[in-house]
Amino acid sequence: MAESSTLAQTIHDIVQRHNSVPTRLLQILREVQDSLTWLSPEAIERVADEIGLSPDKVQRVAEFYSFLYTAPRGSYDILFSDNITDRMLGNRRLLRYLCDLLGVGIGQTRADNRVSIGVTSCTGLCDQGPAALVNGYALPRLDKPRLDRIAELINSQTPLSEWPQDFFEVTSNIRRADILLGRHFADGAALRAVLKRGSQAILEELIKSGLRGQGGAGYKLALKWISCHDAPGEVKYVVCNADEGEPGTFKDRVLMQEYADLVFEGMTLCGRVIGARQGFVYLRGEYRYLLDSLKATLQRRREIGLLGQSILGESGFDFDIDIHLGAGAYVCGEESALIESLEGKHGVPRIRPPFPTTHGYLNKPTVVNNVETFAVTAKIATEGGAWFASRGTAESKGTKLLSVSGDCERPGIYEYPFGVTVRRVLEDCGARDAQGIQMAGPAGHTISPKQYDRRICFDDLATGGSFMVFAKHRDILDGMRNFAHFFVHESCGFCTPCRVGTSLMRDLVDKVHTGHGARADLDEMRRLGRIMKAASHCGLGQTAPNSVLDSLDQFPEAWERRLRSTSYEPAFDLDAALSEARRLSGRDDPGAHLPDEQSDLVRLAKLLADQDAPMSDDERNLLGALP
Amino acid sequence: MSGEPSFTLDDQPVPFQDGQTIMEAARVAGVYIPHLCFNPDFAPHGSCRVCLVKVNGRPQAACTTPAVAGQVVQSEIEELQEIRRGILEMMFVEGNHICPACEKSGACQLQAVAYYVGMLAPRFTYFYPQRTLDASHPDAVIDFNRCILCELCVRASRDIDGKNVFAVQNRGLKAHLVINTPSGKLGATTFSITDKAAQVCPTGAILIKNRGYETPIGRRLYDRQPVNVVGDVAQVPESEGGRRHE
Ligand SMILES: Cc1cc2nc3c(=O)[nH]c(=O)nc-3n(C[C@H](O)[C@H](O)[C@H](O)COP(=O)(O)O)c2cc1C
Ligand code: SF4
Ligand code: SF4
Repeated sequence: MAESSTLAQTIHDIVQRHNSVPTRLLQILREVQDSLTWLSPEAIERVADEIGLSPDKVQRVAEFYSFLYTAPRGSYDILFSDNITDRMLGNRRLLRYLCDLLGVGIGQTRADNRVSIGVTSCTGLCDQGPAALVNGYALPRLDKPRLDRIAELINSQTPLSEWPQDFFEVTSNIRRADILLGRHFADGAALRAVLKRGSQAILEELIKSGLRGQGGAGYKLALKWISCHDAPGEVKYVVCNADEGEPGTFKDRVLMQEYADLVFEGMTLCGRVIGARQGFVYLRGEYRYLLDSLKATLQRRREIGLLGQSILGESGFDFDIDIHLGAGAYVCGEESALIESLEGKHGVPRIRPPFPTTHGYLNKPTVVNNVETFAVTAKIATEGGAWFASRGTAESKGTKLLSVSGDCERPGIYEYPFGVTVRRVLEDCGARDAQGIQMAGPAGHTISPKQYDRRICFDDLATGGSFMVFAKHRDILDGMRNFAHFFVHESCGFCTPCRVGTSLMRDLVDKVHTGHGARADLDEMRRLGRIMKAASHCGLGQTAPNSVLDSLDQFPEAWERRLRSTSYEPAFDLDAALSEARRLSGRDDPGAHLPDEQSDLVRLAKLLADQDAPMSDDERNLLGALP
Repeated sequence: MSGEPSFTLDDQPVPFQDGQTIMEAARVAGVYIPHLCFNPDFAPHGSCRVCLVKVNGRPQAACTTPAVAGQVVQSEIEELQEIRRGILEMMFVEGNHICPACEKSGACQLQAVAYYVGMLAPRFTYFYPQRTLDASHPDAVIDFNRCILCELCVRASRDIDGKNVFAVQNRGLKAHLVINTPSGKLGATTFSITDKAAQVCPTGAILIKNRGYETPIGRRLYDRQPVNVVGDVAQVPESEGGRRHE
């Protein structure tokens, strides 16, 4: 059969290109899917066979990542970014508009297999949304005219390479630069410094700098590098965490786009200091549009002796960097899940201890740091620890990149010394009527105006950089609901409190949001939140209830406004339970419904509450009748 | 310094050897910490989270946390029992556990641990998932409604039986147990009821055929004594109402 022999040949070639190495499995599956649009049972079987893995292992990977498909997809696969900031910019309206234009339902593939449309978690384009991905490539700043064009291009089967280039143009929007973004850096300067002064001297500068991990957890950088340096073993690894999955964060994207040399230089420096010869960048799948330019930068660095064998002519200073693409899994930002994913597996977080510094990639000592952290180390190596420590606060030295989005005039990247107040950031970005901030993403803190004088630093408001502004006219609960759904989608499912708890939390939030909640439901959210925080296996489940718990404290009126007056409401919806009977009897007239649910007022409340619900013409009229 | 190192568990000293977890040390010392996915014959897994204890004030899973001299560990405190009740509730609402209709009722470790921590009926809302039952195997039935994803059967079949009959697929709430054959049927595998994988399930998900209701309800394994006295269903011989094959 011609078809199956081409499938076999395609897969054979791809697997060969990756030398049949199991650690390349995720990369292999990505490429197979690029060729075949989805991973059919035959494709999975072939891949398993070619690499010598059991098919269930390959299946496990294929089913785990949300950008890998085990059911047919369209040759144009469009995923709308569904962060709350995209919603603020009207992504849901656009999503329905494109579905109508192309005649395909949300989450579905058109019968001719030409196109499928769905939604995905935040794509890191919050400052230029509403955004989407087409076959994994970022499409910022969507509006109706652009969607009209896109629909035409799809219907005429125009290859992506012939689409207008400005559709794919991602801007950097750097609004405020300080010591990291502002000062010029000469390529190779940090590597010359370490060769001249020795690793020990550089480690001392890093200690003096007080630098802490910029990914959010704030672990002391020098301690991590020293512990990996001291760990027994000849083979060690450097890993750059460019997964940037926290909704509302996009500063690592800008660093990879504009300052890749600085990041690679920091990684190479780390390799020299800890004694590693291989580095990896784990780049989130949403940023695949950066892959070619990053590869070109790596190649240029090899050509000018900043990467590869005998770096800067120093024999024995060998270090190279490989880029792995993720495939849609927020949990893979967690360092041990990231390492699993780098090894080609599904991304379930490991048991810790042991920590990556002693047992990381392939169980070898490994340093995992954030993109921004690596960039800063290169600067410290050239400018010195004291220079860096002169900025910031006692516990949080230096500066922090913030990704600012939501309701403000100037969304983008802001670099501030640690210790800046929330109020100052709001003034600078032009957020005049902010009723609240979601700081550090859905896993972070929900801030109300009485907290605007708090400081952004590890001793007060710690953050990886996400800063989403909610203006007065927004409903805070829309955000909470969006976040609750995000965690359901991203839980890896390994441990009970997070696997089940995230869904229970979503159901409770939905219930209150749609006006069906009672006071007991708010108490139940608190109880559930306590269990998830205390008992979850990894940081995802431990932080998933944060935004709900914070907003219950900071915005109680937003929740209470939605409550029914009773103290308890059943989760069981009697009218919905009758739908089966209605279907069987072929009836859907008002008489077949409980009267209360059919009243215009109740339906209106539901429509306003649930922006996702598909709307009938009748309902559209109902909404249109509003003043 | 003299003698073995030790930590305290609810104020009682527990000795341990280097490399042991809190759970292993407690087990050797005969102190019960509630658990489901832990089984001393396997490497710790840490997924059920029922063995949550406080270690120097911080919540940690006893089965994955290394014992350290001088640690202060708390287990039988109301704060933790409340969390454990919540986790057990989650297991009950996630699947379909109709205990009165289950052959394992009374000899089910899940049920026994629920009683132990004081969970009688879940407060959380039931999910009522649509799951199936597979009776294709001549000697065994697998009822996916009762699976809590402890992965003990997965580990046993892969690591001890060398058959790799079971696997977990998908993620989040969609994570579910599957049988590793194209048809997905247990009957198409080499699974045997003398396999280790047939002896480890802490719930009524894996059942041996033709053995129904040998012991009347009321006189079963955990009807007589609670789980902290009886121990794991996997450690008790079949003749005494457990799962261990003789
Ligand atoms: C669910 C989850 C997601 C995470 N995502 C990221 C991420 O996208 N980028 C990142 O740098 N750190 C992320 N982290 C933190 C990493 O585990 C790790 O602490 C970090 O990469 C260390 O680098 P740093 O010390 O330089 O911050 C995440 C943690 C959790 C629990
Ligand atoms: S908390 Fe548990 S289920 Fe959630 S992502 Fe972490 S390991 Fe997976
Ligand atoms: S079938 Fe039983 S042993 Fe296997 S994962 Fe489910 S509950 Fe655990």
